[in-house]
Amino acid sequence: MTISSGADSPLRAEPPARPDERTEVRAAVRQAVSVSVATGLYGISFGALSVVAGLDLPQTMVLSLLMFSGGSQFALLGVVASGGTSAAAVTTAGLLGLRNTLYGAQLSPLLALHGWRRVLAAHVTIDESTAVATAQRSKAAFRAGFWWTGIGIFVVWNLLTLVGALAGDAMGDPKAWGLDAAAGAAFLALLWPRLASRVMQLTAALAVVVAVALLPFVPPGVPVLAAAAVAIVVGQVARQPRQPVTVTAYVPDGAAPSSPAPSPEAPPASTRPADPAGQGDPSTPTDPPTTDRTEEP
Amino acid sequence: MSDAALWATVIAASLVCLGLKLAGHLIPEHWLASDRVARTAALVTASLLAALVAVQTVGDGQGITLDARLPALGVAAVALALRAPFLVVVILAAATAAGLRALGLA
Repeated sequence: MTISSGADSPLRAEPPARPDERTEVRAAVRQAVSVSVATGLYGISFGALSVVAGLDLPQTMVLSLLMFSGGSQFALLGVVASGGTSAAAVTTAGLLGLRNTLYGAQLSPLLALHGWRRVLAAHVTIDESTAVATAQRSKAAFRAGFWWTGIGIFVVWNLLTLVGALAGDAMGDPKAWGLDAAAGAAFLALLWPRLASRVMQLTAALAVVVAVALLPFVPPGVPVLAAAAVAIVVGQVARQPRQPVTVTAYVPDGAAPSSPAPSPEAPPASTRPADPAGQGDPSTPTDPPTTDRTEEP
Repeated sequence: MSDAALWATVIAASLVCLGLKLAGHLIPEHWLASDRVARTAALVTASLLAALVAVQTVGDGQGITLDARLPALGVAAVALALRAPFLVVVILAAATAAGLRALGLA
């Protein structure tokens, strides 16, 4: 038992590491590596679409290095490419980044970090790192999953953004390559795993109707923000059984953990997001994993 | 958007996103523990992405244009239903639009 700075934290009162903890950590690292490669790979599509949208190479790299959140990065491109204002682009990217705030609140008690490590952890707090971390059963595996996924994706994502941006630059007419259609497909792929519940489906459909209806009448960028306003209204009025913070990462087949840890506090399956990968999205949980998990047999 | 405005947008948006991540790690956990907050955040994310799908697929500046992007999105949806990886989905959509245009069909 340590009497270090964190002695007041309940996390310090854990029992000694179980014998199989190292196995769990290794499994978490394996998951992290496969998720990093699968997710990082689509940095190539971000890089290419970014130069097509009119950003130059340094601007594209700043987004991947500093913003580092796929949905927000693609959203900024979408608003800029359609001629939206700077304010609309920043607001849209920020609203899409809001979910990372919820993830951070969920992760920080278990990471128990201070100073620059906390800033670094915040920077790599994204769908996938949260999903892999919260799918683990022990605190050590939780931390390994978080860091390996976060840093792994950061490295692969930035390298492939660079490759994509260079390729996009060399491609010439983006329409001849169908790159304008690739943007819509990228957003659909980000949206897909979030459409599990009826409320989500209806809200998404409403968002499409509102955005398309407004498109001819308001400045570019505004239709997307109007859709966000619709969601906020629905969020206030919709009655739904408990819907915890869900982490929804699109994890293709093979990249997902073979046996996501069932969480004692997990909600019934019906309230969880769908799992397009079949057996896989490591993303169920939800309530912050608690230390008592480390005491499970 | 001028280059300076684009830089300002890129930097400001990046700092906002980073700040939001940091806020999550700094504020007390229970502040965000409400069901309504969690539900609304999930709905906002889905709503924004759905609107972006629509605007990217039929938008044309301040107007609507139906072209090769629409069948390409259909192909992407089929690929997603078949659990294709992200990159495959995006490439199939681009190839569909490029192919239809090369054939003069859209």
